[in-house]
Amino acid sequence: MSTLHTVNKSPFERDSLSSCIRLAKKGSAILLIEDGIFGAMAGTDHSAMVQDAMQNASFYVLGPDLAARGMSEDRVIDGIQVVDYSGFVDLTKQHDTCQSWL
Amino acid sequence: MSTKKFMYVNRKAPYGTVYALESLEVVLIGAAFEQDVSLCFIGDGVYQIAKNQKTDGIGMKNFSPTFKALGDYEVNKLYVEKESLEARGLTLDDLMDLTWEDEDDDYAEKPSIRLVSSAELAEVLDEQDVVLSF
Repeated sequence: MSTLHTVNKSPFERDSLSSCIRLAKKGSAILLIEDGIFGAMAGTDHSAMVQDAMQNASFYVLGPDLAARGMSEDRVIDGIQVVDYSGFVDLTKQHDTCQSWL
Repeated sequence: MSTKKFMYVNRKAPYGTVYALESLEVVLIGAAFEQDVSLCFIGDGVYQIAKNQKTDGIGMKNFSPTFKALGDYEVNKLYVEKESLEARGLTLDDLMDLTWEDEDDDYAEKPSIRLVSSAELAEVLDEQDVVLSF
């Protein structure tokens, strides 16, 4: 069974992302949305944790939420795929279940 | 009416919650009372004044240009904690260019953003009469 995890909280403010990373099974997808997008940025205190987790799970980040917050796609960690809303829908279709880390 | 020192503490990223917008609205209302107003940006609050915010894709109002109006209300002390920027891989270049015109200096444009260390910010916070936290 494969799961799509969504994280919508900043890793600087909550432990949603670290909990998700700790508990997501290998082969899961993790989509960062809303304030969760800050977890996708390179060069932050949390980048290493995410880069490490990318060996287990595939990471995605929602483009419109990056743009709203002034975060350039160029500064997203290499290997994290930027998706739009239809990409979000595709991800939900590709996985059996979805878990939201609110 | 005596003048008091007001500090608005901003600790949340914009759009994900309503705190950032609410804070800005209170600052604008408060600006009418001619008090000595400062803002500080700590933690995820630094994201509120990031450059190039484009909200068309999320169907929300981009309120970041409003920060540029603060100078006209004599709100020109915006403290940004250096440690918070660094933890997020950001520098002053990633923040909006926020300025004010000094009427005592031939309307010279001066920067409103003051980059300070945690220790310096602690001193500034200690001087305040009223601290409002968002």
